[in-house]
Amino acid sequence: MAQQVNSGGFPLKGLFTGMKVTFLELLKKPVTVNYPKEKEIPVARARGVIALDTEACTVCMLCARECPDWCIYIEGHKEEVPPAKEGGRVRTRAKLDRFDIDYALCMYCGICVEVCPFDALFWSPDYEYSEFSIADMLHDKERLTEWLATVPDPPALET
Amino acid sequence: MNFWLELVVKTVLVLILVVLPVALVVIFGELKISAHIQSRIGPYFAGGRFGWAQPLADGAKFIQKEDLIPAGADNPVFRFAPYVVLMGTFATFVVIPFGPDLAAENLDVGIFFLLAVSSLSTLGVLMAGWSSANKYSLIGGLRAAAQLIAYELPLVLAALAVVIQAGTLSLSGIVEAQANMEIFGLGIHLPYVLTGQILSFIIFTIAALAELSRIPFDMPIAESELTMGYLTEYSGLRFTMFFLGEYAAMISLAAVASTLFLGGYYLPGLSGDALKVAGPFILLGKTLILCFVFIWMRWSWPRLREDQLQSLAWKWLIPLALVNIVVISIFKVVL
Repeated sequence: MAQQVNSGGFPLKGLFTGMKVTFLELLKKPVTVNYPKEKEIPVARARGVIALDTEACTVCMLCARECPDWCIYIEGHKEEVPPAKEGGRVRTRAKLDRFDIDYALCMYCGICVEVCPFDALFWSPDYEYSEFSIADMLHDKERLTEWLATVPDPPALET
Repeated sequence: MNFWLELVVKTVLVLILVVLPVALVVIFGELKISAHIQSRIGPYFAGGRFGWAQPLADGAKFIQKEDLIPAGADNPVFRFAPYVVLMGTFATFVVIPFGPDLAAENLDVGIFFLLAVSSLSTLGVLMAGWSSANKYSLIGGLRAAAQLIAYELPLVLAALAVVIQAGTLSLSGIVEAQANMEIFGLGIHLPYVLTGQILSFIIFTIAALAELSRIPFDMPIAESELTMGYLTEYSGLRFTMFFLGEYAAMISLAAVASTLFLGGYYLPGLSGDALKVAGPFILLGKTLILCFVFIWMRWSWPRLREDQLQSLAWKWLIPLALVNIVVISIFKVVL
């Protein structure tokens, strides 16, 4: 048996309360942001797009493998780096050739950012990167690096 | 003047110059008011400023659309139904007095004509629902018929209370009776809604909302369960006819309500000559205020279920209207 809801007061009071609410709303300024003309500035830590720090990336492929949509494409090769000291051993390091994210596939889960062990991926608040063709949503590492400039500094460590 | 010429001139004057622009204004008002009630802006770009041309643009879009007629539809009835709805609505404007001498036809039985003719729209709705060969349309049409039968009664009974107080069936007579109405010999002439007819006005407004099948009583259209009710199969120009008819009906019922209860073209404090000029604008203002109230109710209140809608009419409004008539009659005899 459903419980009878009685907020007290005279009958049909709810109808007039509703009309009062809508009338007050009518007098308020609408919340609409007229997008192309005026822009909403998202909060600094908004999750708009994923930015890449190519210097930090070690081509470990963890992000590409963890990505649920398989929207990250990484290619790289190894190159030799001269030894740090004279007579030392020649080092090899991985060099990033291609780092593309297909934003038509990406579902913005952020697992790649979480999983990156070298802090190469970041959330950026930028959101204006739509394209007319869905194929153009595949953004390369140059584009991803541009967004790095919009990434806010990490919060200060707790002391 | 030639009879036919006069007929055409009157029709064009009433329909093209009064009803359609006001209908467009009310449609625009509905778009804007509903938007602001929901904290949106609503139409914004059409026509440059405030999106004022949105109803015109919508109309132009509807006219360009394909005029679809379902294969199983009863062709002539399906084609004719929108015009029946419009005809019933537009015919009500014939008897509404816009000023002391300004009515298309000042019938002695004006209110009788009005109530009879406004029921014609129901027939159009039923025709539309029946001829569409669609289960949703059929149920919508039958619901509309049931609803309009149920709410026609309180509407007529509320109007009857006014007729009893005014002692005339003529709409001009009712307005004049309100202009000459005196309570306790104070010399203040107030419209009927303030002099004993408040309950009739409330009943009339609720019944009018139901007659219009607008949101608190939108069971015939019922988008959520009947897609669009009797409008389901209509497209293009014929849908526009229904759409326009809905808003024209809203204006006509608001105009009737303002004539019966709010004093029509009469405003306290204005004398005869001033009323001749200002009358139509006063009536228009009252009509638009009532239309605003209708729109406001639509966007504030939840919808009634079909059985709630029927029980509201039969169990509440009709007994209330009857009691109201008894009370008004007693006051009429005693005072």
